[in-house]
Amino acid sequence: MSTAVGGSISRKDGWVKVTGRAPYAADHPIAGVAHAVAIQSTIANGRITAIATSLAENAPGVLAVIHHGNAPKLYRPENDFMSATKPGEARVVFEDDRVHYSGQYVAIIVAETLEQARYAAELVKISYAVEDPLIETDAALDSAYLPDEFFGEKLTTKRGDPDGALSGAAVTHEASYTTPIEHHNPMEPSASIAVWNGDELTLYETTQWVAGARKTVAQTLGIAEEKIHIVSPFIGGGFGCKGFVWPHSVLSAIAAKKVNRPVKLNLTRKHMFSACGHRSETKQHVRLGAERNGRLVAIDHDTVVQTSTVEEFVEACGNTSRFLYSCPNVRVRHRAVRVNVATPTPMRAPGENPGLFALESALDELAYKLNMDPVELRIVNHADVNEHTRKPWSSKYLKECYRMAAEHFEWARRALQPESMRDGNVLVGWGMATATYPGIRSPGAAKVRLLQDGSVDVISATQDMGGGTYTTMAQIAADVMGVAIERIRTVLGDSLLPPAPVSGGSMTTASILPAIRKAAQDALSKLRQLAATMPASPFTNRPHDDIVAEGGRVFPKGADPSSGLAYEDVLKRTNQSEIEGEGYTGPGPERDKFAFQSFGAHFVEVKVDPEIATVQVSRVVSAFDVGRIVNPKTARSQGYSGVIMGIGMALMEHTVYDSRDGSIVTSNLADYAIPVNADAHSIDILFVDKPDPFIDSDGLGARGVGEITVTGVAPAIANAVYHATGRRIRDLPITPDKLL
Amino acid sequence: MQPFSYEKVTNEHEAIERARLGNATFVAGGTTLVDLMKLNVEVPAALVDINALPLNQIEDQSDGSIRIGALVRNGDLAQDSRIQSRYRVLSQAILAGASAQLRNMATTGGNLMQRTRCYYFRDPVYPCNKRQPGAGCAAMDGYNRIHAVLGVSDKCIATHPSDMAVALVALDASVHIRGANGERAVPITEFHLLPGDTPHRETVVRPGELITYVTLPSGPFGAHSAYVKLRDRASYEFALASAAVALQVEGTTVRSARVALGGVATKPWRALQAEQVLTGSTANTAAFRNAADAALTGAVSRRYNAYKIELAKRAIVRALTDALMD
Ligand SMILES: Cc1cc2nc3c(=O)[nH]c(=O)nc-3n(C[C@H](O)[C@H](O)[C@H](O)COP(=O)(O)OP(=O)(O)OC[C@H]3O[C@@H](n4cnc5c(N)ncnc54)[C@H](O)[C@@H]3O)c2cc1C
Ligand code: SF4
Repeated sequence: MSTAVGGSISRKDGWVKVTGRAPYAADHPIAGVAHAVAIQSTIANGRITAIATSLAENAPGVLAVIHHGNAPKLYRPENDFMSATKPGEARVVFEDDRVHYSGQYVAIIVAETLEQARYAAELVKISYAVEDPLIETDAALDSAYLPDEFFGEKLTTKRGDPDGALSGAAVTHEASYTTPIEHHNPMEPSASIAVWNGDELTLYETTQWVAGARKTVAQTLGIAEEKIHIVSPFIGGGFGCKGFVWPHSVLSAIAAKKVNRPVKLNLTRKHMFSACGHRSETKQHVRLGAERNGRLVAIDHDTVVQTSTVEEFVEACGNTSRFLYSCPNVRVRHRAVRVNVATPTPMRAPGENPGLFALESALDELAYKLNMDPVELRIVNHADVNEHTRKPWSSKYLKECYRMAAEHFEWARRALQPESMRDGNVLVGWGMATATYPGIRSPGAAKVRLLQDGSVDVISATQDMGGGTYTTMAQIAADVMGVAIERIRTVLGDSLLPPAPVSGGSMTTASILPAIRKAAQDALSKLRQLAATMPASPFTNRPHDDIVAEGGRVFPKGADPSSGLAYEDVLKRTNQSEIEGEGYTGPGPERDKFAFQSFGAHFVEVKVDPEIATVQVSRVVSAFDVGRIVNPKTARSQGYSGVIMGIGMALMEHTVYDSRDGSIVTSNLADYAIPVNADAHSIDILFVDKPDPFIDSDGLGARGVGEITVTGVAPAIANAVYHATGRRIRDLPITPDKLL
Repeated sequence: MQPFSYEKVTNEHEAIERARLGNATFVAGGTTLVDLMKLNVEVPAALVDINALPLNQIEDQSDGSIRIGALVRNGDLAQDSRIQSRYRVLSQAILAGASAQLRNMATTGGNLMQRTRCYYFRDPVYPCNKRQPGAGCAAMDGYNRIHAVLGVSDKCIATHPSDMAVALVALDASVHIRGANGERAVPITEFHLLPGDTPHRETVVRPGELITYVTLPSGPFGAHSAYVKLRDRASYEFALASAAVALQVEGTTVRSARVALGGVATKPWRALQAEQVLTGSTANTAAFRNAADAALTGAVSRRYNAYKIELAKRAIVRALTDALMD
């Protein structure tokens, strides 16, 4: 009966987006809105000694200037992810006169128009007592410390005797790998419009977590959660920088309170570089030991990352190394240094993505030492169970991913030696790497509402970052209800709706779709009960479980559907305007029994013009095992976007800080290069599409597809560059200067 | 951004008269100027909009040269069939720059006058001799990966970012400038100034003067020319190094050559030494490499931009190779 799930269905929200009618956060038309502009510190460490505001206050149209000296009292929220009180940084905005990093908010101007606010912002004169900032990891290494946990996972672990195994290993490899600070750079900058109605606050946001925003902002403002309403129907990309709550959402609220009218705060691209997180720089040292046949005997993965002085966020690079391959002796350690740089935050596959750059590059290097095909090396070391948690996988088709992608890529034609393949004067290189990301699931709730016209609303306080949730929610509702997908409306991105988890960790599909299925089943059950109460109908005197509601019709069990009534006729004839089903599901004991993990493989061809040091990623074939594919079209788009983001990571993305004063010199989209169309060539995305039998009890079997797609891309490219040129680049990005 | 007045003018005389009044600036496509006004780097009191001036034609002249109005859009210039056939390197250079949207706004005059992309110039928090004479140069000991290695001074190492101007240098263009005292023509190689002690002075255009035309002489360089641009991504990105070259070849002998560089110099750079090496030599890779070495003699690098010396050489060799095969 399932038809919509598994179908390549175009985005339900595509039309309103391409016609410009989708209201993003800053687009909501709010009568009487005033405009705020946030002022950022120009120093990275020190104190504010004075803020001269009188010029600004007297500038045309200015309504308020707010800073630490006159801000209302704010409260540090609990700062606990599990209880949805997660700010980007523990320190609340305007808490005191301290400056911890360049770009920290130090004041906010509110004016009648945006132009007036911008102008007045330039008139505010801030004096600082400057202290030397600590910007570079190396300069801070002396003070590196061992953070304990990251989202419940230990950050330093050991099994077996890695040192002993390394010293006895037949073949070893040891090298350092570094990845730079990167920024998410979603198309839509963050924005917040605050509207107070008495003591109730509505915030128009662009957030990956309406529930988290509501609770965290409430705690920060010191008001009851019920008093806040978060509205975020459309998100122009997030990649993690809209997951936790950042100060702008609080700033708009206190500004609106102060001027007693709605206030809009729209961040600029420059703000985005220090106001909502980034991926930390990583310095990773990997040691591998193997037998002659390629069997790994030791993995040691040692990582140093940055975190800020106002929060602890650790890019957990090594944790994947504990289970990606079978290996008896594994040590993983993470150290962090506190620097005067804004706080890092999750960015698409935090930990896995830079971590795999190191591990998968190192494995490639080992393969050359063993004179072994890199795919073969990975198959030899295939982990049949999760050796870290010692649980069996719920399902795992990694070998199938290697096989599918290699075949499609025609990997068998690859010459083993580097610098051995050419296309005219251009060097051709083929490289590969494994991809992985956990199969996370959280509790989630949904409602499905059948209306008298036969259409259906499917409702949950989840979010759609652009990945396709509007569509997949409708797909499952269409199948369970037996109603055409065109007749289904998706309602999401609003904190008044049934609660849902953060749209992060690739968990939305696995968390929300089972809840929708339950809600739809509940709606149908209520419909049958209603039918059973109908006098003078085909159902008269039938118990409700003797009635079937299916394919848009209600009919007696065993009878021809045409003998019954359409859903809407049941509602009409019983004078019901609607029927509402509710569903709530979450992970259960299966989590104790199985390890849930998605896998994949990227095969990459690069063309390197050695004379002019130019790399083109000419061909990528990626295969993923992410459970059932709910919508091949939107899933494939996630694949494309992950690969293209990975091209950016491999070849160009890096945020540059001036180590003298800690400010970002590349805080715009001209100086921070991300891939353009001319950088993306042939990309093929394949899926194993085998349902995970254990992730939910409803037979859906979908793990998420958002984050895994970017993992492994950068090392696959670096491995291909090595294969083309014989040059091993261990320090991203691979810009022309590194290939001269 | 500071408040400013705005006025649209319809003839050259009016434009020049208006621009003589205090702190007025012409605006053409606005793609450099408005950007810098938003950053508070340019703070004109008055904008004089010259888009309505009749300077938007590309005209053949009786002496075989071509005259390009200062308001001809970069996109139109690059697509013009005469430019594409007779001055291909110019078309290539323009199309290698910016994006289609920007090229459709950007003008010939504005492109010549565009300001550097030096990070520190664009952020008023930093000291910058170009923005504020005597303030110091934050790039000198800062992050200078995109900065110049040729034509630098101890006051400024900023590159001139234009692609178009590099081709114009190779093609021996001249720039026509009109002021209150009449019109003059300046060879393109003399149009931009070296930073020296006065990096804030970038061109010979004096306040209130209007660029009216650029002329391209007829020349023997149509046949073999090429533009090569090396950068951090494949499109929509300024050059780390670029080369515009033109060759006149007889048999296998180079009769004459033009070599110009972008992305590595403080102004669109004519590499005369390279041209001398090439002239009379046999057109082959060894000669091209010699020419490239000659072009970069005297290059001075700072902490992060030493790679540009080699990269520029590679660009020259590739461009000469492409031109020969052209
Ligand atoms: C994101 C981005 C990427 C870019 N990438 C590239 C690139 O890769 N390669 C490249 O070459 N360029 C690039 N550019 C620069 C672009 O080519 C210039 O901005 C453009 O050519 C400027 O022309 P305009 O008409 O818009 O000038 P405007 O912004 O209008 O003016 C620029 C300056 O010229 C003066 N001016 C304009 N016309 C005249 C005149 N007739 N007489 C006297 N003075 C005049 C103005 O007063 C002003 O000072 C890029 C720009 C941006 C914003
Ligand atoms: S290089 Fe030139 S433009 Fe850049 S900061 Fe120094 S003086 Fe200013």
